[in-house]
Amino acid sequence: MAEPRTTRPLAWLGQGLLYGLFALLVGVFSQWPPYRHLAADQALIKLSFTHHGQVVSPCRQLTPAELAKLPPNMRAPTMCPRERASVVVELDVDGQPAYRHSAAPSGLSKDGASSVYHRVQVASGEHRIVVRMKDSPGVGGFDHAREATVTLAPAHILVIDFDAEKGGITLQ
Amino acid sequence: MTTASWALRPWQRLEHAFDAVFGAATNPLRHLGALGFLFFWWLAASGIYLFAVLDTSATAAYESIARLSRQPWYAGGWLRSVHRYAADAFVIVIMLHLLREWLLGRYKGFRRFSWLTGVPLLLFAFASGIVGFWLNWDRLGQYSAAATAEWLDAMPFFASVLARNFINVASVNDRLFSLFIFVHVGVPLLMLFGLWFHIQRITRAAVFPPRALALMSTLGLLALGALAPVTSHAPADLSLVPGPLRFDWFLLFVHPLVDASSANAVWAVLAAGVITLFGLPFLPQPAPAPVAEVDPVNCNGCRRCFADCPYAAVTMVPHPDWQTPGRPIRQLARVDTDLCAGCGICVGACPSSTPFRSGARLLTGIDMPQQPIDSLRRQLDAGLLRLDAERKFVVIGCGQGPTVAGLASGDVLVLGLICTGQLPPSFIEYALRQGAAGVLVTGCLDGDCTFRFGQRWTEERLIGLREPHLRASVPRERLRLVWPVGSDPSAFARALDQLRDAARSMTPTSPETLADHG
Repeated sequence: MAEPRTTRPLAWLGQGLLYGLFALLVGVFSQWPPYRHLAADQALIKLSFTHHGQVVSPCRQLTPAELAKLPPNMRAPTMCPRERASVVVELDVDGQPAYRHSAAPSGLSKDGASSVYHRVQVASGEHRIVVRMKDSPGVGGFDHAREATVTLAPAHILVIDFDAEKGGITLQ
Repeated sequence: MTTASWALRPWQRLEHAFDAVFGAATNPLRHLGALGFLFFWWLAASGIYLFAVLDTSATAAYESIARLSRQPWYAGGWLRSVHRYAADAFVIVIMLHLLREWLLGRYKGFRRFSWLTGVPLLLFAFASGIVGFWLNWDRLGQYSAAATAEWLDAMPFFASVLARNFINVASVNDRLFSLFIFVHVGVPLLMLFGLWFHIQRITRAAVFPPRALALMSTLGLLALGALAPVTSHAPADLSLVPGPLRFDWFLLFVHPLVDASSANAVWAVLAAGVITLFGLPFLPQPAPAPVAEVDPVNCNGCRRCFADCPYAAVTMVPHPDWQTPGRPIRQLARVDTDLCAGCGICVGACPSSTPFRSGARLLTGIDMPQQPIDSLRRQLDAGLLRLDAERKFVVIGCGQGPTVAGLASGDVLVLGLICTGQLPPSFIEYALRQGAAGVLVTGCLDGDCTFRFGQRWTEERLIGLREPHLRASVPRERLRLVWPVGSDPSAFARALDQLRDAARSMTPTSPETLADHG
C-alpha cells in the first residue's frame, strides 16, 4: 500500500558516495590539519610552585586573663596563629618584568600553600632569567632570589620551581 | 512551527535529499540517536579489548600501545583505529542528533525529560573522549592532558594547581594514570546509565539502527580503520612543547579554542551553552495538547493501548470494578498526563473504537477530548451524505504531516486526525459500507512519524499484523496508504487519481459487496 522504497542503482551509488564522504570526514579531521601549540622558534618558561608562606604572626603566650576566658579543656598557654603570608613572586626575562603575582594561601583559614602556575612564551636562544620570591609577612625585601643565563632550544620547556631542600628556587 | 524554523527548512531539504538516496526508512539523518548507540557499542567492544592489553602505568603505557600496533593487524592497530574513529563518529552523530531535535522543537512538553537527560551525556562523551588520548601518553596525550589541566585550573574549585601534575616526569606517576583509566572507563559507564534514563520515556527505543544502516556504517568504520590506521606520536617528553600534532578536531577542539582565546572565555561559552540547553524546555511554551482520557466503563483492559503508546504514558492498573460479580474485566488503562503526547495512537489501538457500535454516541475505552472518536464518526457520516457524486472518496489526513485539506472536492471528503495512528482500522470498512468508493490514508513524511509509531502501527494494523486489524473482507484495492516522500506536494493527488481510476472498474460498494470478500 505504501510507496516502494528507493532501490535504484543510482541510489546505491549515492549511498556509497555519502558513506564514503562521512568516512572521509572522520578520517581527515581526526588527524588534519596539524596543530602546533607553539611556533617553531619559540620556547616556554613555566613558573610554578606550591609553597607555604610563613605564618603571619609568631606564637605567643596567653595572659592569665585570656586563659581564664577559655573553657578549661582549651587552656593551652601558647597560641599559634595559623594564617600564612601570601607568596609574592616576580619573574624578569632579559631585564623586562615578565610576571608579578601575589599568591594567596589556600584554605578557609588561609593556612594552606600558595600555588603559582604561569607560562611565559619566549623566543628560543639565550635569556637572562631573574626570579624573586617573598614568603615572609610584612613589607621587607624578597626572601629568595635566583639569577641565571639559560639557553633555550626551540620547544624547550624551562620549569622554575621552588624546593627548599634544593636550596630554594630551582631551574629545570 | 518551531523556534528555529529559519534553520529547519535547510535541514528538511537535506533530509529530503537523503531520502532520495537512502530511502526514508534507512535515512541516517532520521536515525541519528540509533547511530549514536551503534558507535557506542563499537566503542565498548573495541575498548574492552584495548583495556585488556593496555599497560596502565605511566612508564609502560606507550610501549604497550606500540606493541599492540605491531600485533596481528586485526587484533591491534585496527581495533585501536576503530576505537578512535568510532569515538569521532559518535560525537558527530550525537551533535547532529541534538541539532535535529532542537530544530524540530523536540525539547519541550512530554519530551522534556529525554532532552534534559541527554544534555549531560554530551559532556560525558567529550570528557571520556579527551581523557582517552592521555592513555597512550604520547606527545598528543601530553599536550591534551596539560592543556586540560591548565583549562581546569582557571576554575576556582581546586586547592592545588592541576597543571603541576604535568610539569616534569616525576609528577606523572602510576597513581595519576590510574585516575586517567578511572575517568576513561568510569565516565562511559556513567554515560550508559544516563542513556538508560535518556530512553526511559519512550517505548521500543532504537538502540540499534535499521539493519542496512547498521551494516553500512559498520563497514565504513572498519574500512576506515583498515585504510587509515591511527598511529602514535613520539612518546611524551615533558621537557619539550609537543610540536605539530596530528590533531583530532572532533574531540580536542577545545584546546585550540582556549589557546586562541582564554580559559575563562571558553568556560563562559561552555557554561552559556549548557545553561541554554538545560533552559530551553523551561521557556514559555504553547499550552500542551490535551491528553488521552480513559473511560472505565468502556475500557476492557485489553492492553493494546499500553502496547502501542510510543511514550510509555499508558500503564495498566487494577480495574475498580474487578471484583464485581459478572464483570470479568480485571485491568484498566491509566494515562500518565506528564508523559502523554496527546497523539491519539491509543484511540486507534482500542478495540472499542469501532464505529460499528450501535450507540447513538460512540464511546470508546480511551479517547482524545479535543477530537473524540464519536465526532470522527459523525463527520464521516455527515460528510458522505453531503457529497453528491457517483463515487465518493474519503481522505484521512494527519495533523502532523503535509496538509490534505486541498484535496476536498465534490467527490472527496477530507477528515483530519491528530496522528494517522489515531485511526481505528474499522473506520475504513465503515466508510466503504457507508458508500465510499475508496479510502486514502496519509500521514507524516515516510519514516519520520512525529509520534514515532503512527505510521508503523497503522501499516501493521491494515495488513493484519497488529491488533486491531482491518478485516480481511475489506477489499484492499479500495484502500491507498501514502506516506509522502520528500516535499512532493502532488503525491496525495496522484494517489487519489489512482484510487479514482481503480474505482471506475469496480462495482459500487455496499454492505453486500463487502461481505462477499469475507
